[in-house]
Amino acid sequence: MTNGFFGSVDEVAERLAATGYLASPAIATTVFLADRLGKPLLVEGPAGVGKTQLAKAVTEATGARLVRLQCYEGVDESRALYEWNHAKQLLRITAGRGESWDETRTDIFSEEFLLARPLLTAIRSEEPTVLLVDETDKADVEVEGLLLEVLGDFQVTVPELGTLTAARRPFTVLTSNASRELSEALRRRCLFLHIGFPEEELERRIVTLKVPGLDAALAASVVRTVGALRAMDLRKVPSVSETIDWARTLLALGAERLDERVVRETLGVLLKHQDDIVRAGAKLDLDAV
Amino acid sequence: MNADGAAPAASDGPVARLTGLVAALRDHGFGIGTGETVDAGLALEAVGFADRERMREALAATLLHGERQRPVFDRVFDLYFPALVTDPGQPAQEPGDAASLAGLRTRIAEALAVGDTALLDRLAAEAVAGFGGYGSGPGTDGWSSYQTLSRLRPETLLARVRAARTADGGEPDFADRLLDDEIRRAIEGFRERVRTEARRRVADRQGRDEVARRAVAGTADRVDFLLAGREQLDELRRTVRPLARKLATRLAARRRRAARGEIDLRRTLRASLSTGGVPVRPVLRRRRPGRPELVLLCDVSGSVAGFAQFTMSLVQALHDQFSRVRVFAFVNRVDEVTGLLARGAADPAGLGERILAEARLTGWHGQSDYGTALDEFVERYADALGPRTVVFVLGDARTNQADPRTEPLRLIAERARRVHWLNPEQQALWGTGDSVAPLYAELVDMWPCRNARRLGELVGRLLPV
Repeated sequence: MTNGFFGSVDEVAERLAATGYLASPAIATTVFLADRLGKPLLVEGPAGVGKTQLAKAVTEATGARLVRLQCYEGVDESRALYEWNHAKQLLRITAGRGESWDETRTDIFSEEFLLARPLLTAIRSEEPTVLLVDETDKADVEVEGLLLEVLGDFQVTVPELGTLTAARRPFTVLTSNASRELSEALRRRCLFLHIGFPEEELERRIVTLKVPGLDAALAASVVRTVGALRAMDLRKVPSVSETIDWARTLLALGAERLDERVVRETLGVLLKHQDDIVRAGAKLDLDAV
Repeated sequence: MNADGAAPAASDGPVARLTGLVAALRDHGFGIGTGETVDAGLALEAVGFADRERMREALAATLLHGERQRPVFDRVFDLYFPALVTDPGQPAQEPGDAASLAGLRTRIAEALAVGDTALLDRLAAEAVAGFGGYGSGPGTDGWSSYQTLSRLRPETLLARVRAARTADGGEPDFADRLLDDEIRRAIEGFRERVRTEARRRVADRQGRDEVARRAVAGTADRVDFLLAGREQLDELRRTVRPLARKLATRLAARRRRAARGEIDLRRTLRASLSTGGVPVRPVLRRRRPGRPELVLLCDVSGSVAGFAQFTMSLVQALHDQFSRVRVFAFVNRVDEVTGLLARGAADPAGLGERILAEARLTGWHGQSDYGTALDEFVERYADALGPRTVVFVLGDARTNQADPRTEPLRLIAERARRVHWLNPEQQALWGTGDSVAPLYAELVDMWPCRNARRLGELVGRLLPV
């Protein structure tokens, strides 16, 4: 029933690291459990900490196939699950002029005319699959009901065909930015993982990995400065992807170490609101120059 | 197993610990079903018992439904799955002497400088063992983190840690100006370790379940507004934006549903003419998409200031849900603070001080006087009220023996569409002492609103569509 992708927590961490995703102990443990218990994994956290990236890293580490459902306001059953290929059905009816209605009817509601959307695709997949339901919080509440059925038993009922049960459970990752509160029922069916900002040491390793060529001492200063910014009361604190962007910027500028001028000129890479930049500048004593 | 029942293994096995942990979490308001407890057991089995942090993450993944529950979970986990186990029968030790205190402080400073977390854990345990014990007889002795910290005073180690950190790195670096803040955070982390250790030792003596119920503070949204300390209010402020977002989606959904409206009989009949009088298609009356106007009247005097500020920030974060928001603060005089709130949206912490500094809220004395304040409001700002206005009054209705004067509130209730009074005191206290809550409650709807969770519920329910 379960995939059995991974043998131990350490193995998760190693194999994810091999794809370039450095997992914290919390992430490695939870991924291992989702695999072992065969439960969907609900990942929450601020933007830019690597929620979607986690699903991609698992896909790459396991050699599975990635099926992605991008949620948005108005995504519905026919976008998420399946719909009938009406055009093809019409062609079929026209082509079979000679036969009786009963024959045509049984024929046009067969699998040949079924258009599988991401959820059904993942369930019917014979090969190992990672199902990514991205930005679940953007979808309407009705879609959550749909997910409950699909993720609870990993089966889908098509009225004309009967119940389709997963041959093997896809490794399922749901991501959410918490812009809408997900229902308690959905949370109950999932393992919960909150990815926050990484520990200083881990973030330093991430930066060194993603921006090779950056001086180690500079990388350490970068991470410390970002850590200090996160401790401030800002409208939007910088995330890991912004730390990496900043490191890349500094590398491109040829900066060898941080000083007031470089920080002041590049703060816009980290902070996206003018009042945040002003506030951070004051806290970091940048006006003193 | 043992005939004399000295140490029955089953009552303290992993299953008992797990169910104890779940029960303690449920006491703190976590909704955990039996299925999730079973999952937690399976998860523990899957990760094994060798690595404590993995056990913590495994339980968190299966038992928690949101990040806000995490601090409470961590504290309860530390009680039920402690890092070290001491002999529960061990008496409080002789207090350590001055020389060992100085030695310990040096070692703590060194550990903070290199950031060795495992060593800091051990040092915290040593500190509580050496300096946290009090009393001598059974029943009167115990362990105190307060006593440990007041003797250890780790916050005074800042200079030493800074010296150790800057000694090795040659030229000064830009990031070094962040050093003090980093060290302060590390020291606060150490203080938390000491608190955890003291709780664990007390739990060894008195039983985990009892300590888990009493000594672990609940999630921020359940903290009583009137009892919240400064730190808890800060934590509460961080929940404003998520709470506002949640409310905004709820309000938007309600508005969408309500926009469909009810059956318009006249137009339905008119439309049925084409089908021979059979109303095939009912016509729905469409509502005008008007948004409500909101007036907040906040008592910002000392006792209820935290509550009022939190609510003001919440309403500010929700501002796009209303066509207009006006906020008035009062102690015994009223002043409009809408402008202050808009400008200070990014700085909720300083809001209270700014309001007190920039608005004229007090007359001859500094105590709240509802009668005078409401009277002045009606006199000066009556234009804020209209048939589309919903008024929220925030306050405990304690008048300090002044004349409550119900007439102005009656006027407000007449001119506004609805008036809701949110009272941070529990209902049992209304009418006691100088509280005139029952008097005002006769005129307007008064709701007890003691914590952020309740406030969220009320705002979601009471706001008109």
